[in-house]
Amino acid sequence: MTTAASSFTGQAAAAASEPDLAHPTGKTPGGVGRGSARYRRLTPYLFLLIPVGLLLLLTYTPVVNMFWYSVTDWDGLDKTKNFIGAENYVEVFTDPENLRVFYVSLFYVVGSFVQMALALYFATILSAKIRFKNMWKGILFFPYLINGVAIGLIFLNFLKPGGGLDTVLMNTGLESLIHQWTGDPDIANYSLAAVSVWRYTGLTFVMFLGAIQSINSEIYEAAALDGANRWDEFWHIILPSIRPIVGLAFILGISGSLSVFEIPFVMTNGANGTETFVIRTVWMAFERNMVGLASAMAVVLLIFVLLVTWLQRRLVPEEEVDLT
Amino acid sequence: MFPQKRRTRLMAFAAASSLLALTAACSGGAGDDEGNDDGTPSGELTVLTWRTDLVEDGTFDEYVETFKAKYPEVTEVNVEGVTDYEGTVKTRMNTDDYGDVLAIPGSVTPDQLPDFFEPLGDQAEMEKEYRWLNDKSFEGKSYGIPVVGNVQGILYNKRIWEEAGVTEFPTNPQEFLDDLQAIKDSGAASVAPLYTNYKDSWALSQWEGWRGAVTANPDYVNEMTQTDTPWTEESDSGVIDGTIYDAVAQGLTEADPTTTDWEGSKRMIGVGEVATMVLGSWAIPQMAAAGEAAGADPSDIAYMPTPSQVDGKFHTVAGGDYNLGINVNSKNKATARAWIDWFNHESGFSEAQVGLSPLIDGPVPAALEGFMSEVELITMNPAPEGKESLFADIDTASGIVTTDPKYRLSLIDDARSGARTKEQIFDDLNSKWAEGRADAGA
Repeated sequence: MTTAASSFTGQAAAAASEPDLAHPTGKTPGGVGRGSARYRRLTPYLFLLIPVGLLLLLTYTPVVNMFWYSVTDWDGLDKTKNFIGAENYVEVFTDPENLRVFYVSLFYVVGSFVQMALALYFATILSAKIRFKNMWKGILFFPYLINGVAIGLIFLNFLKPGGGLDTVLMNTGLESLIHQWTGDPDIANYSLAAVSVWRYTGLTFVMFLGAIQSINSEIYEAAALDGANRWDEFWHIILPSIRPIVGLAFILGISGSLSVFEIPFVMTNGANGTETFVIRTVWMAFERNMVGLASAMAVVLLIFVLLVTWLQRRLVPEEEVDLT
Repeated sequence: MFPQKRRTRLMAFAAASSLLALTAACSGGAGDDEGNDDGTPSGELTVLTWRTDLVEDGTFDEYVETFKAKYPEVTEVNVEGVTDYEGTVKTRMNTDDYGDVLAIPGSVTPDQLPDFFEPLGDQAEMEKEYRWLNDKSFEGKSYGIPVVGNVQGILYNKRIWEEAGVTEFPTNPQEFLDDLQAIKDSGAASVAPLYTNYKDSWALSQWEGWRGAVTANPDYVNEMTQTDTPWTEESDSGVIDGTIYDAVAQGLTEADPTTTDWEGSKRMIGVGEVATMVLGSWAIPQMAAAGEAAGADPSDIAYMPTPSQVDGKFHTVAGGDYNLGINVNSKNKATARAWIDWFNHESGFSEAQVGLSPLIDGPVPAALEGFMSEVELITMNPAPEGKESLFADIDTASGIVTTDPKYRLSLIDDARSGARTKEQIFDDLNSKWAEGRADAGA
C-alpha cells in the first residue's frame, strides 16, 4: 500500500519536473519514442537485476571465498589467512579417514539404484488404469514432502532398541531378526541408506510417472494390436521413452549419494562408521576449526558432482526418442 | 504523462536501492552504541550469553533490573541469548558486531585474544582477587574472568547407588567398575549404570576433566607434551580411556549408544533410570531440575570425585567455566567492565548455578559442601612460557584432538565390537601422539 501511495506522489513530482529534466533541448516527439524504446529494451535486465544481484551476493561471492579459503590454513576466526598452496587438497586425498567417507557413499549409491527400481516399479503400475490412483500417488510422494530432519527423528525412534520396528518384529514372531539397527556397525549404513531410499523414492517416482504419462496412448493401442503384452509394453515403449528421465534420476542419485547429510547427521551424528563426506566437512569446519581444509573438501565435492554430471552426459546422450 | 517511462525509472530506483539496502545491512549494525570509554557506566550495553534458558525464564531480566538500579545512567542492557553459542559467536566475531560483553568462545586460541578482546588488567594483579585466570590470559594480560568455577568428577543418583548397597565413594577405577556392576546386578537402574551420551558426543569430552585428578598432578597436561606414551595403565589419560573402555566392554553402559539422548538423559538420571554420568559440576542443577520436573527428589543428584586416591585423598580439578570478556570494538567499555565486575561480585550467579565463585574468598554452594569436604582442589598449572600453544599443536598434529570426542567414539565402537583391545588402542594413540610431537617439534 505504501509503495502505491509514494509512487503516486512520485509520479506527480516527476511529472512537474519532467520537461526540464528529461528534455532540456525542447519538445522532440521522436526523442520520447527513442527513450521509451530504450527503457523497454532495458526492462528485462532490470527484472534480472535483483535476482542476479542476490545470487552474486549470497552464492557466487561465498563460493569464490571458499576457493580462496581452501588454499589457506584459516581456522575460521584468525585475522590473518596464510597461503599454503595445495596442502589441504593433498590432505583430503591422503588421510585414510577422509577416504573412508567415500566408502560410506557406496551404500547410498547402491541405495539410489534400489530407489530407482522401486520408483520405476510403482510408476509403471500406477500408469495403468487403477482405482484411487491419486490417493496411491499421494501416499507414495508424501515422504518426500517431510523435512529431512523430521524424517531422521521419526526413524530414530522407529529404529531404536524397543522402538517401532522391533515391536513389529516381536509381534509377528520374527524376534530373531531384531538387531541394533543403528548401533550395530555392520548394519548401521544399510539402515541409514534405507531411510534415504524411503525418503526419495517418492520424488523419483513422480518424475518417472510424469514421463510415462506423457507417452502417447495411441502407441499402446498400436502395440496391443500387434499382440504386445504388458512386459513388452514396458520394455519397448515405457523404458525407451523415459530414458532421459532415468538418466536424470541417475545423476541426482549419484550426486545425492556423495552429499548425504541430514539423515545420518540427525540419526547417528556420523558416529559408528556412518560418517559421510558432508558430515565430515561440517565437522572439520566447525568442530576442528579447520576451515581451510573443510573448504578444500567442499571444492572437491563440487568437482566430483560436476564430473559425474559430465560423465553421465557423455555416456547417456540426450537423444531424441523415436518410437516409430 | 509517460507513465511507462516513470514506472521503469521508479523500478530501477527500487532495484538499486534494495540492493544498496542489502549491502548496507551487511556492513551496518556496529557503531550505534552510546557511551564513553572512561568514567561512569552509562548508555546502552549488549550482552551475549549462552544461557538461553536463563534469558527465557526471566533470570536475566532480574539481573538487568538490579544492574540498572545500581547504575542509573545505564539506559538499556540488551541480553541476547545465543543458541549454539560456540558456532554462532565464532562466526559473528568475523565482524565487529559481537556485543559489548560476551563469553569468550572456546575455539579462540590464547594468541588470538588480543585481536578480539579488551585486556581486563595484569594477570598477576587480578589474581589477588580472582581464580582460574590462566585459561584466558596471554603474555601477562587477562582477557576474561570466569563467571563460575566447576569441579570435575562424577554425577550420580545417590538413591540408586545406595539401593545397590554402595555408600562409599569408589577409591580406584576397578572399584568404580565393581560398583557399576553391583548397580547393574541390583537392577535398580533400568537403562544403564553408566550413561555415555555417545550420540551427543560432546559429553564424552567431559571425561577430560579427570586429567590431573587421577594422579593429583597439576602439571599433567604440560607433562603430556614431554612424553611419547601418555596412554599407559597408570597415567591419567590411560585411566580415563581405560575406564570408558572397560565399562563399555563389560556392558555397564546403555545397550545401544547410538540412540542416546542428552535432553532425555537429564530426566533419566533424575528419576534413577540412569545411575551415573561423567560430567562437570555445572550439570548438577540441570539434572536436579529435570528430576524434580519428573516427580523425583532433586536431592538424589549428588557428586563424587574421580575414583582415584593419592596419599589417601581424593582430588578434583577446579577450573573456570565460560569467561566473560569485552569486545575490543566496543564503544562502551566502561559499562561493559562494570557489568563483568557486578556479575562476578553481586549477581549471585555462581551460587545459583551450584558452582564455585570465581572470587578467591567466594562462597561454596550447599550442594557441593559434602563433596568439597572430602576432596582437595587442584588448579592446573599453565604451560611454561613460550610453550603456551605446544599442547594444542601436538594435539592437532597427532590427529587425536583430545578435546574432540571423536577418538572416544571409536574407542567405544571398539569396546563394543571387540575389534581392538585396550592395549592396541593405547598403542595406536601413543604412536599418533609420538608422531604429533615430532611434527610439532616438541
